[in-house]
Amino acid sequence: MIPRYQTVLFVVLLVASAAMGVALWQLRERAHQRLLSSQDSTPTQAPEVAPAEPATIYVANDTDGSLLAQVQQLPLPKDPGARARAVLGKLLDLYAAPDAGHPVPGGANSIAQVFLMQAENLDGATGKGGSGGVSSPTQSPATTDPMQMGPELAIVNLTGAFAAGHPSGIETETLTVMSICGTLHATLPRVTEVRFLVDGQLRATLAGHADLTRTYLATEAMPTEGAR
Amino acid sequence: MRWIKKSIWRRRVVWALAAVFAVAGSGRSSGPIGAKAVAQATPRPVAAAAAPTAPGTRFVVVLDAAHGGDDPGGRLNGQSEEAFTLAMGVRLRSLLAARGIQVVTTRESDSTVDLVRRAEMANHANAQVCLSLHGTESGSGVHLYVSNLAPAQPARIAPWKTAQAAWVTRSLALAGTLNSALLQAGMTVTLGRTSLPGVDSMTCPAVAVELAPERAPGKKVTAELDDPGYQARAAEALAAALVEWRGEAPQP
Repeated sequence: MIPRYQTVLFVVLLVASAAMGVALWQLRERAHQRLLSSQDSTPTQAPEVAPAEPATIYVANDTDGSLLAQVQQLPLPKDPGARARAVLGKLLDLYAAPDAGHPVPGGANSIAQVFLMQAENLDGATGKGGSGGVSSPTQSPATTDPMQMGPELAIVNLTGAFAAGHPSGIETETLTVMSICGTLHATLPRVTEVRFLVDGQLRATLAGHADLTRTYLATEAMPTEGAR
Repeated sequence: MRWIKKSIWRRRVVWALAAVFAVAGSGRSSGPIGAKAVAQATPRPVAAAAAPTAPGTRFVVVLDAAHGGDDPGGRLNGQSEEAFTLAMGVRLRSLLAARGIQVVTTRESDSTVDLVRRAEMANHANAQVCLSLHGTESGSGVHLYVSNLAPAQPARIAPWKTAQAAWVTRSLALAGTLNSALLQAGMTVTLGRTSLPGVDSMTCPAVAVELAPERAPGKKVTAELDDPGYQARAAEALAAALVEWRGEAPQP
């Protein structure tokens, strides 16, 4: 026979452990919620839409081998790399349009990244025909005084799908390269040199003709040639 | 004592032989590049740029039918670019041979010839004209492209990748002659500058000739690339231009 005081003690202990279990469960739930709220990526502020501003884009035409400057109103980000990517995206969207004078499939998604870096830091890597590597990208504008920045090299990383789908030919490939160089220089005048990568790797040619191993001078793209 | 003298004498003989081989090796590297040398490091000097051909010497044309073998090039209305350039090369070679012009071709069949080897063959030929033949479905008429290297003075030793720089002025003049002949033949011509790995290493007046379908102003195709009449018209115009070019002094 169990004494009465032991039964009462057992019941009290059982109730206490149940209460402690419930309290612990609630504490755990609160901690979990706190953790989730710190990782929440839901925007708390509406995204800021940059005001549209004029951007010069050099649009190629296969019929006469020309580059024509067009001024488009585009919402451009402040960050130079993102800005370069935005204008090049617009350029390639024009080429992907059904009635394009320089038809190239792919569109804006064909530009994987655009890196900008100081041209003078790349001695030995930017020589004509050189195949040297690249150093780290330029610092963000927040940490660099734009007035002190010199000529820049833009590294345009194209997607493999874009290169694979690009029409083959000296004229069409040259026009694509030149229009990208000219558009970059028109948008970011400090960009004086341009290099190309495909899926982050050096590639010999764009689609069998235009040399992608060399550094292009952005000013080369100014349409002085191409007359009929 | 005698064995010491003997070993010194042997050492001298070995050093003398080593010196002879070293001199022979350096002499070879300053001359025209051999096939074995091509397989080594890519940026290399080329000596032929400093050897302008004297007037009155033999007139040689190098025809480089682009692509071939492992590299089929683009697709042109059902056929590959490699087959088209080879056909154009054969057609043009016949026309030039009939006019008494010596022709050197970089390939005669569907074989792989890398760009370095093509430039090497052109440089060895000491040619007065180097034409790189291409085809495309983009654009209209004939596209004439010259290297976009900045013109440079001929040097005894020129960097391999920019050897064409000393010949760019002559290449532009050649493109002008080709342009005139093609326009006279009623063809649409587009002139341009570009960077082509093979052409940039050639030490001769070099032009990349790219044939595209002929189009009316509304982009409607009036002559396809596989049209024999269209090919013949282009080849005749190119041959006529080269005959005219032969009459000029081939100086860089």
